[in-house]
Amino acid sequence: MSSMSTDLMTLLPELILAVGAMALLLLGAWRGNQSTPTITILAALLVALSAYFSFVGPDATAFHGAFVVDGFVRYIKAAILWSSFACILMAQRFFFDEKQARFELPVLMLLATCGMSLMVSAQSFMTLYLAMELQSLSLYVLAAFNRDSLRSSEAGLKYFVLSSLSSGMLLYGITLIYGFSGNTEFSAVASALKSGGASIGLIFGMVFVLAGLAFKISAVPFHMWTPDVYEGAPTPITAYFASSAKIAAFALLVRTTLTAFPNAVHQWQQIVVFISILSMALGAFAAIGQSNIKRLLAYSSIGHMGYALLGLAAGTVLGVRGMMFYLVFYAVTNLGIFACILAMRRNGEHVEQIADLAGLGRTNPRLAFALATMMLSLAGLPPLAGILAKAFIFLAAIEAHLYILAVFGVLTSVVAAYYYLRIVKVMYFDEPAPAFDGHPGWSVAAVATAGTLFSLFFVVNAGSLISAAGTAAKVFFK
Amino acid sequence: MSHLPILSIINFLPLVGALFILLTSGDRETKARNARAIALIFTLADLAVALFIWMNFDTSTPAFQFVENVSWLDAGITYHLGIDGISVLFLVLTGGLMPICIIASWKSIENRVPEYMVAFLVLETMMMGVFTALNLILFYIFFEGGLIPMFLIIGVWGGKRRVYASFKFFLYTLLGSVLMLLAILAMYLYAHTTDIEELIKTAHFPATMQVWLFFAFLASFAVKLPMWPVHTWLPDAHVEAPTAGSVLLAAVLLKMGGYGFLRFSLPMFPAASLQFAPLLFALSVIAIVYTSLVALAQEDMKKLIAYSSVAHMGFVTMGIFSLTKTGIDGGIFQMLSHGVVSGALFLCVGVVYDRMHTREIDAYGGLVSRMPLYAACFMVFTLANVGLPGTSGFVGEFLTMLGTFQVNNMVVIIAALGVILSAAYMLYLYRRIVFGALVKPALKTIQDLNAREIVTLVPLVAITIAIGIYPKPIFDITSVSVANLVAQSRVVTVAPPLRVAVLGHEGRR
Repeated sequence: MSSMSTDLMTLLPELILAVGAMALLLLGAWRGNQSTPTITILAALLVALSAYFSFVGPDATAFHGAFVVDGFVRYIKAAILWSSFACILMAQRFFFDEKQARFELPVLMLLATCGMSLMVSAQSFMTLYLAMELQSLSLYVLAAFNRDSLRSSEAGLKYFVLSSLSSGMLLYGITLIYGFSGNTEFSAVASALKSGGASIGLIFGMVFVLAGLAFKISAVPFHMWTPDVYEGAPTPITAYFASSAKIAAFALLVRTTLTAFPNAVHQWQQIVVFISILSMALGAFAAIGQSNIKRLLAYSSIGHMGYALLGLAAGTVLGVRGMMFYLVFYAVTNLGIFACILAMRRNGEHVEQIADLAGLGRTNPRLAFALATMMLSLAGLPPLAGILAKAFIFLAAIEAHLYILAVFGVLTSVVAAYYYLRIVKVMYFDEPAPAFDGHPGWSVAAVATAGTLFSLFFVVNAGSLISAAGTAAKVFFK
Repeated sequence: MSHLPILSIINFLPLVGALFILLTSGDRETKARNARAIALIFTLADLAVALFIWMNFDTSTPAFQFVENVSWLDAGITYHLGIDGISVLFLVLTGGLMPICIIASWKSIENRVPEYMVAFLVLETMMMGVFTALNLILFYIFFEGGLIPMFLIIGVWGGKRRVYASFKFFLYTLLGSVLMLLAILAMYLYAHTTDIEELIKTAHFPATMQVWLFFAFLASFAVKLPMWPVHTWLPDAHVEAPTAGSVLLAAVLLKMGGYGFLRFSLPMFPAASLQFAPLLFALSVIAIVYTSLVALAQEDMKKLIAYSSVAHMGFVTMGIFSLTKTGIDGGIFQMLSHGVVSGALFLCVGVVYDRMHTREIDAYGGLVSRMPLYAACFMVFTLANVGLPGTSGFVGEFLTMLGTFQVNNMVVIIAALGVILSAAYMLYLYRRIVFGALVKPALKTIQDLNAREIVTLVPLVAITIAIGIYPKPIFDITSVSVANLVAQSRVVTVAPPLRVAVLGHEGRR
């Protein structure tokens, strides 16, 4: 009995989210839509509370090893919960402006966040699958939340169909692994691989699992849904897809490969290298022709996943450290950029074309500066945060003798710099378009400011975040 | 003096100025006025700091001075600053040219003045940082950090094809630099430090690794310098940039490449430097002869001077890779001299451009009759660019050729052609603009230099002639450090034929 209560205590951050979501659902059902602002604030507070408990909790394993809390989990969760916190607040404002504010929104986001939290901690294929489905089901609804909009509904449907397909692949892979190793737990699968060798069935299972996960992080060749969903989904939800959801799926990918398949490194490394190269290349070249800034960011995120995968491909402490750090940088910067996009309102309507940004340097210097700083940070230009994130990834790649991959990575980053620069060019070099509406709301302003300050000043005091990632990365290499 | 973080001050003082400009309020006119004043005050203050450092610089030791070392990212990646005889004069050059750039932009920039000044001040921070950084990662951040402000300067305040030029400048330079980043990371993994002082002293990279590292660094510095055949961004960037942008580009940003060779390639990859010196010689003489010929055919004043810059940088690389004390001394001198002279030439172009709004050489002629003072200043810089004895240009070219002659006389013979060609294109330019009859109606009312322009040009005239006649103060500063550098780059194991070449001129030094 006592073991049950310890297990539940380990699960406390997720319990807060799940139970809180249900309580808020009841509150909403009882009070109706006028309670939406209250529910939003409460939801954000619950996320903060969950973050606090996941931060102070000790390292532990619960439910017979199906669930784990360690340094890696805490580090990644900090990024996920910050992103969720920011997105919940930004979404409230957005849907209020769109006259679509409904209390289900924060509740759904809480449930999705709960799913992501569980994903990070999953250490068995069962937890993995359940957590991922909890997250995905909430996300399907969120993508289509703007139900009067054709594009939003299309995005939701598209995401649902394709994501279900990938879930099917994942499940198929899991059954194969279970069938050939007789277990669903990562450590047991790892020892089965070690004792029995990499049997063809297990490898097949692994490939299917990796394909399913690659879909979730939108790595090439499983990226097709990304631009459409990014473009169609309401902007704060896109921000949520781009930050929390990506990080959670990536963390899951890392844990699966490093704890379930450490004895099949050569097999999965080939796959990871392959999708990393393709993602970097596609992310660099396909974004060039985009005119919608959300589509552009979709391709940019594909490219960034390619860089993060480079860290995983190295498969070393340095690699995992670089990748963790990269994810944090990516999430904070991307959120800031989406906040800037939320500030792009003209005559009460949201606009999303890059051309709408023309001359922003003159009409709204602060917004232009924030957006330019974060874009250049994503491009990896010193002295902004992005260069350190990239440098630590390439450091790992060189250490692992993946020289060609590293050179390829820096070359694609130069190509990618072109389209980030193009946005700076539109904002500063071109003649001004009509100005945007006034203040976008404090939550949006705060998130944008946070992203800008992070990009600008991170380089001054990067040591602590990097060494924390270095310590956390060691959990996979005991 | 020892505890004052003087190098951090010189690095970040301009940034403080930029912050002040951002905090000013008021209407457009007031803001612009305040921005100019603040920028001038802070650049002058930075110049004062640079001069202070110069005065207190100990010329008797090759060790790094004014050192600051604070923990930063990780073990081996620290915030390490320091200067030696090679870098100190670049601080003075940068510090000296910045106020001149600000004054030169006083009237000619009217749009978005505060942003312009902020971009320049940020750029100054980055340039100072490059010359003071003693950690590779720190160096890289400063080296690349200058790209963004320069991109904006060209793109926002530039000429007609500014967008094309700014992108070309940016992507070219970035492409070279990212390869250097990989090399820096590889060095970190090998030596567990990116500290420049440590790497020079202790790290002896294996020969094959040196070759790779050498080429990665070369990729970056060759683009920055620029060397033939990766120089094509330079004419575009120069032509489109506003006057002050061209000045800094020619005077300081190009020197970062040469400085990089001296700071990294020679002492850290000595074997590779020796092995590939012939390649560098070849590229240098091609640059000297080819771009001089190209310069002859130019119709645009700025383009002509830009191509002449590439040629003059060819002398620098030739001198540096002679790996002799004379050659390297000459290379450094040539960089400083070219910094002053080419900067001044761009200012001269700016003077007439502000009046006529064209850079076409054909639009001018006979300026001497209405602008005698201008003609005199322009002449000094023209002759200095040609390398006439008595001007600073002569000393650098002569010494680089002297140094190289000890190693490879064929290279020098071809390079000497460049001296003749430089006389040809510069005098041809001067004749077409200044001499002849003043027949063009638009020029009838052109005014001579005003007080502001005199303030910018006269100090440069004085420096050009002063260090041309008496270059000793410069060599006093560089001498010990260069001797030390030459000694470091000798600590190599080389293939026999090359060793003969090195020992061959050992006695003559």
